[in-house]
Amino acid sequence: MEIKKTSLNKLHQSNKAKFVEFAGYEMPIQYSKGIIEEHKFTRSNSGIFDVSHMGQLFIYGDESLTEELEKIFPLDLKNLKQNCSKYSFLMNEDAGIYDDLIITKIEEGYLIILNAACKDKDFEILSNLLGSKFKMNLDNNRSLIAIQGPKSVEILKSIINGVDQLSFMTGNWFDSDNQKLFVTRSGYTGEDGFEISISNDKAEKFVENLIEKGAQLIGLGARDTLRLEAGLCLYGHELDINKTPVEANLRWAISKSRLSNGGFIGSKKIMNQMQDGASKIRVGIKPEGRLIAREKTKIFDDTDKQIGEITSGTFGPSVNGPIAMGYVDKEFSKVDTKILLEVRGKKHPANVCALPFYKKNYVKGVN
Amino acid sequence: MSEVKFSKEHEWITLEGDVATIGITKHATEMLGDIVFAELPEKGSNVEKDGTAGVVESTKAASDVYTPVSGEVVDTNQSIVDDPAKINEDPEGGAWFFKLKIKDTSELDTLMNKEEYDKFAKETSS
Repeated sequence: MEIKKTSLNKLHQSNKAKFVEFAGYEMPIQYSKGIIEEHKFTRSNSGIFDVSHMGQLFIYGDESLTEELEKIFPLDLKNLKQNCSKYSFLMNEDAGIYDDLIITKIEEGYLIILNAACKDKDFEILSNLLGSKFKMNLDNNRSLIAIQGPKSVEILKSIINGVDQLSFMTGNWFDSDNQKLFVTRSGYTGEDGFEISISNDKAEKFVENLIEKGAQLIGLGARDTLRLEAGLCLYGHELDINKTPVEANLRWAISKSRLSNGGFIGSKKIMNQMQDGASKIRVGIKPEGRLIAREKTKIFDDTDKQIGEITSGTFGPSVNGPIAMGYVDKEFSKVDTKILLEVRGKKHPANVCALPFYKKNYVKGVN
Repeated sequence: MSEVKFSKEHEWITLEGDVATIGITKHATEMLGDIVFAELPEKGSNVEKDGTAGVVESTKAASDVYTPVSGEVVDTNQSIVDDPAKINEDPEGGAWFFKLKIKDTSELDTLMNKEEYDKFAKETSS
């Protein structure tokens, strides 16, 4: 299959990107400055991320659509205000996760942002569940640009008037340069920032404009270190079809009002696990010293019994040390529990720790 | 001090008497990206030509470090363990990895000179 390219591919090339294949797309892993500098620039200034490979699914409909979506997602969508976003999951009957996503209620219905590797399957699953009653559009004509970091609000405001009025996890349509952009105050770095949905033919000029105002392009490498420091899950690593939201320690994302009556796919399993607890759970892990424990590193207790596995591990540039997340048996999930990580045949000490590794800087109440 | 020689695994080596100093090349550091972890062989241990003698990790992945010649480890560079970023800054100078007392200087004959290595690095990275 031919590798896909986003509308910013030429711009990545001219900015000396190193490319990797990611979910069938040719994506920049880093630019000439490297992952650590790109990471730190995002935390101190403003980084631009091409996330156009992600799916932008528009589903059009009224209250009946809300009712149908509540049978799928563990959310109180009836009480979700227009232009407000929620983090959620598409699950199977066993509460295994097909994908994690952001859903926003818009005037026309809902906009759902899906992971690149999952979007086609998600579309198929949702089409089967919703039938032909609602128009669905997995929009390939729009790019998705994230701008993240403390200076992003000033930079974006100078191009799109009024975006500073958005609070975290809200969005709206904005007019800029004779086009309609959908902007949400969100992101996946732990920093304040925005995601902008923009038509493909306008995306390159828009990003050039952001660069002119002082923002810099950041690759997927730094995106990964940023999200891991922020304690955020990545599909295919912390989340997959064999893990549930309760096991992933994402109970907060399940609306309380939906737990009494259930009625969404996977609700039985979720309600049971909420009550009895899950046998394994996602935790933060801090190796002692400088040792990095990568994905699939086995976790042991002091009696040589395997008690879990690392799902993501790297060096955190802002915490200046190694960080990881993984799943451990629940009796080892308490903060400060001593564990051992097997790296290159030797066991190294580590501690279960609280997440995030790096304090989040979201802008909650604007108005 | 002898001419700098290079291996296909992107190590450099210089010889002074029967003690060789070994590190990784600038080209290797450029391929690896930001180095954030280094593990060195133990002083007093013996390493075999083309065997592993350490590890470097970048933000992206771990890579083995090989020794281009056999010998006994007589010194290691703790400063790159304490501050791995030094390997990116000065890979072919201050950020050497380990020193070996070598048995057989003829093992160096199979290695490349600078010109040959530069050509090899260019060909293998494109």
